[in-house]
Amino acid sequence: MWSLFARSLLRGPLTERAPKPDPDALAELACAVDGAARARLGRSLSIRQVDAGSCNGCELEIHALNNPYYDIERFGFRFVASPRHADVLLVTGPVTHNMAEALVRTWRATPDPKWVIAAGDCACTGGVFAGSYACVGPVANAIPVDLHIKGCPPTPRALLEGLLALLETAAKRPGR
Amino acid sequence: MAELIQALNGYPLVTRHRPWPRVELDEHGWHGLIDRLKTEYWELLALWGERETVHAALRDDGAGTIAVVSLACRDGVFASLSKVRPGAIRMERATRDLFGLTPEGLDDARPWLDHGRWPMRRPLSRDPEPRALDEPAARATDYPFLPVEGEGIHQIPVGPVHAGIIEPGHFRFHANGETVVRLEERLGYVHKGIEKLIEGRPIAEAAKLAARVSGDSTVAHSLAFSRAVEAALGVSAPPRADFLRALMAELERIANHLGDFGAICNDAAFTMIQAWASAMREEILRAAAEAFGHRLMMDCIVPGGVARDLSGAGAAAIQRVVHEIPRRFDRLVAIYDAKPSLLDRTIGTGAIGGHLVHRFAAGGFVGRGAGRSYDARQSPGYPPYGSLEFEVPVLPEGDVNARVWIRIREVRESLRLIGQILERMPDGPVSVLLPAEAGEGAALVEGFRGEIFTWVRLAAGGTVDRCFPRDPSWLQWPLLEAAIEGNIVADFPLCNKSFNCSYSGHDL
Ligand code: SF4
Repeated sequence: MWSLFARSLLRGPLTERAPKPDPDALAELACAVDGAARARLGRSLSIRQVDAGSCNGCELEIHALNNPYYDIERFGFRFVASPRHADVLLVTGPVTHNMAEALVRTWRATPDPKWVIAAGDCACTGGVFAGSYACVGPVANAIPVDLHIKGCPPTPRALLEGLLALLETAAKRPGR
Repeated sequence: MAELIQALNGYPLVTRHRPWPRVELDEHGWHGLIDRLKTEYWELLALWGERETVHAALRDDGAGTIAVVSLACRDGVFASLSKVRPGAIRMERATRDLFGLTPEGLDDARPWLDHGRWPMRRPLSRDPEPRALDEPAARATDYPFLPVEGEGIHQIPVGPVHAGIIEPGHFRFHANGETVVRLEERLGYVHKGIEKLIEGRPIAEAAKLAARVSGDSTVAHSLAFSRAVEAALGVSAPPRADFLRALMAELERIANHLGDFGAICNDAAFTMIQAWASAMREEILRAAAEAFGHRLMMDCIVPGGVARDLSGAGAAAIQRVVHEIPRRFDRLVAIYDAKPSLLDRTIGTGAIGGHLVHRFAAGGFVGRGAGRSYDARQSPGYPPYGSLEFEVPVLPEGDVNARVWIRIREVRESLRLIGQILERMPDGPVSVLLPAEAGEGAALVEGFRGEIFTWVRLAAGGTVDRCFPRDPSWLQWPLLEAAIEGNIVADFPLCNKSFNCSYSGHDL
């Protein structure tokens, strides 16, 4: 084990440089955040992930954000266990009828100010499951959504670009 | 002991069902089958419904032969298999919810996938019954969990929203102090209606849905669907496509096993292994993206072959990671194997007996970690595995540690397989055109989690009439309830991770 530690010290971290925030996401968010919220949140955001019916592909890529290559915590993001600790709900899946109430209750349990990100094609549009008797459809049909991140599943890089756009918006001091 | 196919002799065979026979039983024959199942070593691979018909896929444990049996349900009733094959219980409950067919003799009268929230009852039956708009949605508290009695017993409800980045489901623990007396699962939260969505779709669109039954097994589910379609049409993918499919399947297996290995160690509070294992997983996914254009290789296997050929650069990217990883992986494994604090958490924890995995016909690391050796790549087998050398590890203990070791050894075998695949891959086309004919087909393939059984019926004109993809989780979820019994609540995450059943794959 010590040799592994020594090796990783010598070799340096695997972690890569951050991508730029996604400009489309910045534009979508521009209207979503008011000054008071910005001042409160600063540069640290707690994320609560909610699977509202995904195929679990999106979860795999969200998980990947924690691996040493992306190391999402260095940006001030943290995945938290309770919606009560969260600033951001990261929602995946075509919102099944069987999950809709749990999603809404999780959203209600999240204190204001809060953001909702719909991650993945299913969460954005219903994806391949659109029109099913068992699905409510896009997350926006269940709760208000601030940011959409497309992809099936979105790559960790796409997720990171979206999250960084959110951070940038949140951290901007109010203009006045 | 009788051989399965012989025993079914005399009943009408369905023509154009491939590669295994499908036999239409009458009620007498169905009851006779139930009687035989009391003594014969025939495993239940899957049970699924259709309008007014119920089907079951069986495998003869000795001869390895497979057959599908069907019964036209008079008045929507069929005799339950649950008393002789407990794996049938949840599949029959699902069949009742979706098709309105009644399994007679099934003790559990509770709905399973239907939480009382869909706009209709029996959505896949001939006559779905709309739920009245003013009918209040069933409350989560309405579901009657099995009671537990005794002094000091308390309940711990968990989910559907869990604490981590995982899928939703509800776990109801009855505990006495720290000790779990009973765990009961309630699933169905991610039921998306996949079976219904597939009905009537062109094959290519249906393939997209099959690829999203369970994202972590997208390659394996696509393979099972494609092979079932090809069987129904009587065509085979070209040899090069078989090799490319196996390449993807083994990459998927390694990536998932690495992820699980790290996550299990993380749940035992040993984060360093997870950091390294997740880095290796990332390297595999990047190589996959370079070779096939998608990190999870979603939609890369299609009926008829594969969506695109492997370029020289792609092959080189895979070559690089499989060359790089073994050394680093071995170092991690050596750490795992030499840390008493870690082994103390995994050895003896969450043990299941071999009799249970046999009764449920559970496969993958759950089955092979408890002495059941089936691997679909060997039996019934499918190309190109017949021309490759690999071992299927089996361990008897049935605990978390055994499931970890099955994964470790399978990673090594898959790395070895990829070496052989790259070396022996023939040249040639990577797909064939599919005729637009009617037919029925089934396939059994080995995903990272275990055997996936997929059944399809195609209509003339190139559409899918009906498809049932049975994820291995169906047969593994019930065993998790057995594994945790008598363990402490704090060890549940560890047990659960070591099973890593798919919620989506099960809920469909
Ligand atoms: S967007 Fe794709 S990967 Fe994500 S849940 Fe939907 S089907 Fe799965």
